[in-house]
Amino acid sequence: MPDANGKHQIANTQLRLKVGLAEMLKGGVIMDVMNVEQARIAEEAGAVSVMALERVPAMIRAEGGVARMARPALIKQIIAAVSIPVMAKTRIGHFAEAQILQELGVDFIDESEVLTPADEAHHIDKHAFTTPFVCGARNLGEALRRIAEGAAMIRTKGEAGTGDVVHAVQHMRQIVREMKGLTVLSDQELFAAAKEHQAPYELIRIVAQTGKLPVPNFSAGGIATPADAALMMQLGAEAIFVGSGIFMKERATPLDVERNASERNEAVSRAKAIVAATTHFNDPKVLAEVSEQVTGTMKGLAAAALDEAQLLQTRGW
Amino acid sequence: MTATPGLGRIGVLAIQGDYAAHAEALSDAGASPFLVRKPEQLQESEGLILPGGESTTMLRFLEKHNFFEALRSYCGTHPVFGTCAGAILLSREVRNPAQQSLAVLDVVIERNAYGRQIDSAIVTADTELAGGPLEMVFIRAPRILSVGPDVEILARRDQDPVLIRQGHAMAATFHPELSLDRRIHRAFVELVRSKR
Repeated sequence: MPDANGKHQIANTQLRLKVGLAEMLKGGVIMDVMNVEQARIAEEAGAVSVMALERVPAMIRAEGGVARMARPALIKQIIAAVSIPVMAKTRIGHFAEAQILQELGVDFIDESEVLTPADEAHHIDKHAFTTPFVCGARNLGEALRRIAEGAAMIRTKGEAGTGDVVHAVQHMRQIVREMKGLTVLSDQELFAAAKEHQAPYELIRIVAQTGKLPVPNFSAGGIATPADAALMMQLGAEAIFVGSGIFMKERATPLDVERNASERNEAVSRAKAIVAATTHFNDPKVLAEVSEQVTGTMKGLAAAALDEAQLLQTRGW
Repeated sequence: MTATPGLGRIGVLAIQGDYAAHAEALSDAGASPFLVRKPEQLQESEGLILPGGESTTMLRFLEKHNFFEALRSYCGTHPVFGTCAGAILLSREVRNPAQQSLAVLDVVIERNAYGRQIDSAIVTADTELAGGPLEMVFIRAPRILSVGPDVEILARRDQDPVLIRQGHAMAATFHPELSLDRRIHRAFVELVRSKR
């Protein structure tokens, strides 16, 4: 219900707490980590959260096989090692993995297209959990369907594991354009808009009134440099996920942060620079300084060179 | 509500966190908020809010370009208000883990003391503020373990102080910016006005 200032407040207490944590992560960088040392580097560099996973998307892409939830032992080690919130990924539709992640005390669950989907029709009923969920989206309809299922944060899907930002840009532009489009429609037109976007009318109406999603809108999928992070923030992202961009050396080889000091330094320099660029996304002077400090960038994979079947973003419905 | 003419430009530290929610709350309370990302912007500000977010992330930024020293001297002379991570930064001593802080408030505070996200909660309780019970949104909240003699306790959750004031500094371990009740932001705007 709108209050005296015309503001919407979510009525459901549980959902307010979930969205509340997402609010705290705004303006920050969430980094994929595969071991305790990477998690420590991320925290030390100023990450607002870490995503614990077995293999980053670039490795999943290169190695193939079924990608599943990370091992509980790894997640527990990472939770014990850092004071910032810890996220972990579940396969799309795999509510039993999500139940395990909640039990482990993970602070945010990513129902992610990066892992191999477990259900080809249904996403997880996220209202059934106390732990908040983030989900990927390529357009407004997909974002609102995930929110209807209980997601407390949306992120662009982009094309994970490529280091190519083009699809994150495309998805963010599309979501923003579709939200703007709703704000100029009349009340009667919103019913047809709901049908067109295949999204619940109530959520369509909220977006039409406010011009934004009812939950924070972050960006992920191919962000590899400080400039990429600044680009996504300027396009309207409220925070940044970086997957393979910080700890990968070659396509399927991570930097050895545990034994090689210069590779560790390189990861630290990338992590710090992306954090600084996300805060000062609108300040080209700072962006130039931090870009200069980075000693290397993941090699990457042009997303346009991928076959349709290799795309991760088409997973989820 | 539009900004009252002549009433305070109040800064919101915008390194990271829910600074936009604070800016909106300040506007509702009649002030003119602006975002502070660099130490030189502190001079334009009659008061400062340190928002919720991750205190470690904020500290990493403050360690650069003498921001930390500039902020510490600013806090000595200007009204400041910290919520959650902001309250941690203003405390004298931080535990779990120990970390650097501005030591504006004579307080010992423990990070993530109520547990993880699944332990976050919304509590409604009577406080020292006029106008009835107050809704308090706690998210991975810190706990104030002890306060010095000059610290005034304005609200508690069970026995723990959750809203405090010491001179021209205020702190909350919860998030008033995530509620629609603007009493606390109005109190801070009043504090800024009284220090002019």
